[in-house]
Amino acid sequence: MTYAVSGGFGFGRRHVRAVDGVSLRIGAGEAWGLVGESGSGKSTLGRAMLGLEKASAGRVRFEGRSVTDGLPSDIAALRARTAMIFQDPYASLNPRQSVGECIAEVLRVHAKVPASTVTARVNELLVRVGLSAEHASRRPQALSGGQCQRVGIARALAVEPRLIVADECVAALDVSIQAQIVNLLMDLHRRMGLAILFIAHDLAVVRRICDRVAVMYLGRIVETGPTQAIFERPMHPYTAALIGAIPEIDPDRPLPTDALGGEPPSPMSVPAGCAFHPRCGQARPECRHGPAPAFRHRGDRAFACVLHDHDDDELSPHRDRRSVAT
Amino acid sequence: MTLLHVRDLTIEDRAGAALVDGVSLSMRAGEILGLVGESGSGKTITCRALMRLLPGQGLAIRGGEIRFDGADVLAYSEAQMRAVRGRHIGMIFQNPASHMNPVMTVGRQIAEGRRLHFGASRREARGHAVELLRQVGIPDPARRVDHYPHEFSGGMLQRAMIAVALACEPRLLIADEPTTALDVTVQMQILRLLQDLRDRLGLAVIFITHDLGVVAQTCDRIAVMYAGRLCESGGKRDVLAAPLHPYTQGLIDCQPSSEGGVGPMPTILGQPPVASRFPAGCRFHPRCGHATAQCEAGQPSMRMAAGADGHSVACHHAADRPRAVTRPDRDAIASA
Amino acid sequence: MSAATGIARVGRRALPRGSTLSVGIAILAGWLLLALLCPWIAPYDPIAQDADATLLPPHAAHLFGTDNFGRDLLSRVLWGARVDLQMCVVGVAFPFVFGTVIGAVSGYVGGVLDTLLMRLIDIVLAFPFLVLMLAIITILGPGLGSFYIAMALVGWVSYARLVRAQVLTLKQRGFVVAARSLGYRRGRILFLHLLPNALTSSIVFAMSDCVLVLLSGASVSYLGLGVQPPTAEWGVMVAEGQGFITTAWWITTFPGFAIVVLATGFSFVADGLGDRLGARP
Repeated sequence: MTYAVSGGFGFGRRHVRAVDGVSLRIGAGEAWGLVGESGSGKSTLGRAMLGLEKASAGRVRFEGRSVTDGLPSDIAALRARTAMIFQDPYASLNPRQSVGECIAEVLRVHAKVPASTVTARVNELLVRVGLSAEHASRRPQALSGGQCQRVGIARALAVEPRLIVADECVAALDVSIQAQIVNLLMDLHRRMGLAILFIAHDLAVVRRICDRVAVMYLGRIVETGPTQAIFERPMHPYTAALIGAIPEIDPDRPLPTDALGGEPPSPMSVPAGCAFHPRCGQARPECRHGPAPAFRHRGDRAFACVLHDHDDDELSPHRDRRSVAT
Repeated sequence: MTLLHVRDLTIEDRAGAALVDGVSLSMRAGEILGLVGESGSGKTITCRALMRLLPGQGLAIRGGEIRFDGADVLAYSEAQMRAVRGRHIGMIFQNPASHMNPVMTVGRQIAEGRRLHFGASRREARGHAVELLRQVGIPDPARRVDHYPHEFSGGMLQRAMIAVALACEPRLLIADEPTTALDVTVQMQILRLLQDLRDRLGLAVIFITHDLGVVAQTCDRIAVMYAGRLCESGGKRDVLAAPLHPYTQGLIDCQPSSEGGVGPMPTILGQPPVASRFPAGCRFHPRCGHATAQCEAGQPSMRMAAGADGHSVACHHAADRPRAVTRPDRDAIASA
Repeated sequence: MSAATGIARVGRRALPRGSTLSVGIAILAGWLLLALLCPWIAPYDPIAQDADATLLPPHAAHLFGTDNFGRDLLSRVLWGARVDLQMCVVGVAFPFVFGTVIGAVSGYVGGVLDTLLMRLIDIVLAFPFLVLMLAIITILGPGLGSFYIAMALVGWVSYARLVRAQVLTLKQRGFVVAARSLGYRRGRILFLHLLPNALTSSIVFAMSDCVLVLLSGASVSYLGLGVQPPTAEWGVMVAEGQGFITTAWWITTFPGFAIVVLATGFSFVADGLGDRLGARP
């Protein structure tokens, strides 16, 4: 069984392409990380995969059924098997519903359990995400951010999904709470065989959770591959820069001197050629014009960059300074 | 020379809950102090108190002493205080878009302070604004000076806000989570700018953040706050490499490393308390793995740790436990 | 709404912090009680005329005095509370329901429907409120029924605009996107998730709208197009007493005072609710 997203998307008015020609294939039970700077289109892609955003071209297929044709039966099938977790834990819960009502509503709408066992199932789900039955009567305002996020996860689990899209779901939480939520997601992924698309700008978290990573820049995926391989040897200069910019708790590591300059250009004026070339330290003349570099596959990895024609193009993600420290 | 000295600062809300309780800090010129804590730890309120600009209603400084450049700030009249704000202490915020006036050009906002505190002419102030924009790394400053905030990207606007704060050549800059809303790549640029300004201008910076990674790379000294109290402070290397407080240790452990690691991450149980329900005794004890009856009963005071310069900790059992080596998982990978 | 906010502003200054809501509720509850109990507590029949007791000033037998037909003014003010309270409730209920539903659907569905409805609202708003009301009542014929219909036809626009604006912002909120991602139907999202959140400001507005309805009801009756004599209604009573204002001040003063007190009650409740629910009218 595969979940596949293929083809091209372009969104919105004035020909702003938030996401452009993206292909991604998520296998059952896989944990994918989708990373990139703000404006890279990663959230838009996540929403498009769940049919919450309309794709102007291309196709999203879920368990063999097309999501993008807009057939109500296809959308209903998709919604019954997928769920989303959001960045702002408070905003994503209806402030006028108690936690229990909020989860029970999902169970009733999707007729997941007989009416008589709804309450029992709600309590079971709350316990599953580390809350207790007594939280069912509370309103979101009475909970902390971390607890709200747990409710959001319980609500997602109520669907009994095969795929969860988690959009920056720990970014708004306190540091000590982030790890708790990350552990919960990892546990669900392992124990229930859930496929997860983890959209984040925090690469360190992605490295911990995900089996595979896709890196986006200005609406395009520039690199995909197994997490371990990408972190150890990034093929695209942008991936290398992102990894190098992770703030590491190491007092002996100074700020990198060769940090990436500039900021991502607006999606309204994407540079010609490789969109990354104005910020790229290794840009060649051919990067500046023509079409975007083609996606090249190497083993189970793929990247859109003209480098690595020969194997001597080495990109170091600055991970070798540790030896200097000790 | 000590630029800022805060002793036993206590701030209460209307209900009498101590949002900041007995906090003491000391800073030298040209030093970057990382003030670390989770939401509700009182780190922002502490820094607002330095400018006597407490956020919200009903907050009041109930005790303690703030000395800036030797002078007692709490004894200042409101008029004297206005002469300090902006002039000697500058401030930048997490969200530059909401802290800059959208209908005034960036150049005029930079010039405003210069004209107010230095009586500079319009022309002088404008020239100075261009120079400042150049200093904070904005390309084409002569043109950008006439642009409005909405014409700047997030990172550029943060630079512009730094220029506003620097207009009157303050000696202390309070940076309240200045990079939290920015992308990691842009965050790196702003951190380097702050370090660079410290090196060139001898500026002292208080860097408020929840991200220990950011602190590790930029700051000289660290103060960790939890639930309104200081729990550990000292040199960056001392605090991060050999944390003495279980909370600091926990914060370091639960931040994932870019170098991997497998299995569940270490966590701190529970969640930070809200101000009205701070626990008695050591405020961290309900979440602490090492808590004893002593921790429930009495509040530990900040004590100097043996053998380390200026490294102090507020924990009853700091001396009992061996000085921990952080990140066992990371070291395992490094040696593998 | 200037009358309502003006009264509320006075109340804010005079009353201790946060007590406007309870004072307002007390006033409204008091009037409701009097209206319910008036068959028992009113000393006289409100429409019974007594040729021997015309234009008597307030005294022990007639506490508020009598009018030119010898009717007891205290009884008329008490019975009038029934009519005026009913006018407020019914006069606000219809615009509230229509306006809220139309505004919510318009904001949520958007597109052509939204554009058409907003133009319709613009047209209604292009006419002065009272002039449009009077025109409709004149066409339908005088009476309370016509007043309610006119109120519903004219009053809904304010609610529709208010709720539509709320729905437009709420539509972008996380929990609505979350509800879509969970596969809920549009009707469910609109009526179970959006509307309860959009209703707050609408309810606060309804409270201050009661003042407007009360005053326009009284004005319409005063002009002879609303409640018909001899029914006791405060606006009608003020109109009837106008001819005697120099000789018998009490005929206009007591019903006028009743209008002011009830209006004050509503505007206090609106103001207090606004503070409590975080929405300003």
